[in-house]
Amino acid sequence: MTAGSPASSRRLSQLQALVLLAVLLAGGVALLEAFGSGYHRTLAALTLINVMLAVSLTMTNGFTGLFSLGHPAFMTLGAYVAIAFTYPAGRKSFAMPDLPAFFSGIEWPLPAGALIGAIAAAAAARIVGISVLRLKVHYLAVATLGLIIIVETLALNLDGLTRGGRGLTGIPRSAELWLIALCTLLVIVGCWRLKHASVGRAMLAVRENEMAARCFGIDAVRLKVTAFVLGAGIAGFCGALLPHVVAVMTPNSFGLMLAFNLVAMVVVGGQGSILGAVFAALAFSLGTEGLRPVEESLGLYGLTQVVVAVVLILVLIWRPKGLFGLDEPLVETR
Amino acid sequence: MTELLVARGLGIAFGGVVALKDFDLAVAEGDLLGLIGPNGAGKTTAFNLLTGVLRPDRGTIHFAGREITRARPERRALAGMTRTFQNIRLFDELTVLQNVMAGAHGRHGASTLAAVFGGPVLRRSEALIREKAEAVLARTGLAELAGQRADALSYGDRRRVEIARALAAEPRLLLLDEPAAGMNDREKAALSELVTRLNADDGLTIVLVEHNVRMVASLCRRLVVLHEGSVLAEGATERVLRQPEVVGVYLGRRRDHETRQGAGADASEGAGGGC
Ligand SMILES: Nc1ncnc2c1ncn2[C@@H]1O[C@H](COP(=O)(O)OP(=O)(O)OP(=O)(O)O)[C@@H](O)[C@H]1O
Ligand SMILES: [Mg+2]
Repeated sequence: MTAGSPASSRRLSQLQALVLLAVLLAGGVALLEAFGSGYHRTLAALTLINVMLAVSLTMTNGFTGLFSLGHPAFMTLGAYVAIAFTYPAGRKSFAMPDLPAFFSGIEWPLPAGALIGAIAAAAAARIVGISVLRLKVHYLAVATLGLIIIVETLALNLDGLTRGGRGLTGIPRSAELWLIALCTLLVIVGCWRLKHASVGRAMLAVRENEMAARCFGIDAVRLKVTAFVLGAGIAGFCGALLPHVVAVMTPNSFGLMLAFNLVAMVVVGGQGSILGAVFAALAFSLGTEGLRPVEESLGLYGLTQVVVAVVLILVLIWRPKGLFGLDEPLVETR
Repeated sequence: MTELLVARGLGIAFGGVVALKDFDLAVAEGDLLGLIGPNGAGKTTAFNLLTGVLRPDRGTIHFAGREITRARPERRALAGMTRTFQNIRLFDELTVLQNVMAGAHGRHGASTLAAVFGGPVLRRSEALIREKAEAVLARTGLAELAGQRADALSYGDRRRVEIARALAAEPRLLLLDEPAAGMNDREKAALSELVTRLNADDGLTIVLVEHNVRMVASLCRRLVVLHEGSVLAEGATERVLRQPEVVGVYLGRRRDHETRQGAGADASEGAGGGC
């Protein structure tokens, strides 16, 4: 169990785990492209995006002890910024009349747009973070909830850019499954490397005891800002990918419910556990999809949300540190 | 000898309680200074002001010739002052090795970008940190516990990890806040030896807060006695411990077990005794 314990002979080495993860992702993508339906491919895409979101949130919150709920705000920002670059040029003047002229002739590929969306989200997090990250744990949670509301309201009212509540449709479905799988791999590996390097240990030290960490020369504020900004960047990227899977974007595509679900995944998996977040996101995404027919046949709409909430509460009661705590199951951490 | 740490006129009050008043302290390079006083005298508060955990209401602090009165704790640590905590503050969910490695991050840790993208800079930094941490663990006799989680350790071992972590930050001045509290006799003897060696062999300057007068007397050449937030006496250990006001204050207020241990502990008696 303990990170770094020598008795881990039956665990995979990091290299084995990396190869296995890559093979699983590549194999899954190949199978779905060859035999899967559009529905299956969309489900896989949304599931992998949830994995990236949960892993990035467990990095932001789990590594440093922050309690940010702000992911949906950064996703919304990343999405609209990316769409400004990727939306079909010919229809921009109609759908987004307030967009600066610079954009009217532009129709960039998704990776470029999503990257810019991610950078915009990270930059926003940097600006917000300077003031917000001073707040104590639960105040930060409330403040980041406020952030979601602010971004949503802005998006609703800037209807020359977002078409307000009607939403933008006809977004190119350019988020290929292989691209999403590749990003998932990079996000997992990046966060893993961070956690198991000196910076990651310093972040964990901040989470465990901020003042003690500072008394040994760890710049706690800077590390928290780093984790917050990196998490927001990944959230912005995921937010940019999503509308390019489903072709639609509205101001409330990413709202309070998503914030709750993401926190639930992180808490259930174990705050700070990367593989815990991966498993929780898989279980959440596939589980809620599996429950949907039940919901419909019984006419109990909202059942899945209730199930998620109940699972969260049960985990909090019986395993307050989540399934894996801070640890990584199955893989050696040295 | 040059002064490494100079505090002048430090004062702080919590609500109505004046915890420290007009506190002066000068610690010379290479010193092993005892800071003693009854419960609530302000010893921990003094450490908190010196290390930046608390900001003083008044007074100044200079370290290694620079004013650090308002500096953030991490700046002071990097300047060369680290500490242990009386109420142990380990990183509980990390292993002993990780705790100590975290102590070395401030000086030797690679950047976030290096951590994510890897490369020689990261590899060198990680290897250096591990090497330093392992050396400190060997030095403090914790090598066998390296893989244990900090919250699984005995009280005495947790205190030793506190010291190891502080050493990993490569201090010039180490502030020890009751490092022997809760230790058994064997652990106390090992601690005394470690403190002596750190001071004598490595030239580390140390300020020791300790209730066990016998131990303080055997280790420290110089004492500062705090009482109700003010300095009651200071000077050579033997002389200070014989001052009547020190004996009065100290005997009257000490905790039970220490009263037993140190009842007649004047300097001459305490000096030879391992604690
Ligand atoms: N954060 C705080 N808030 C309020 N009062 C405090 C705080 N820290 C210390 N005090 C008070 O300041 C005084 C000095 O406390 P301090 O902990 O410095 O004493 P000490 O000499 O370390 O005692 P001990 O030997 O018990 O550790 C006490 O009266 C204590 O109650
Ligand atoms: Mg104290």
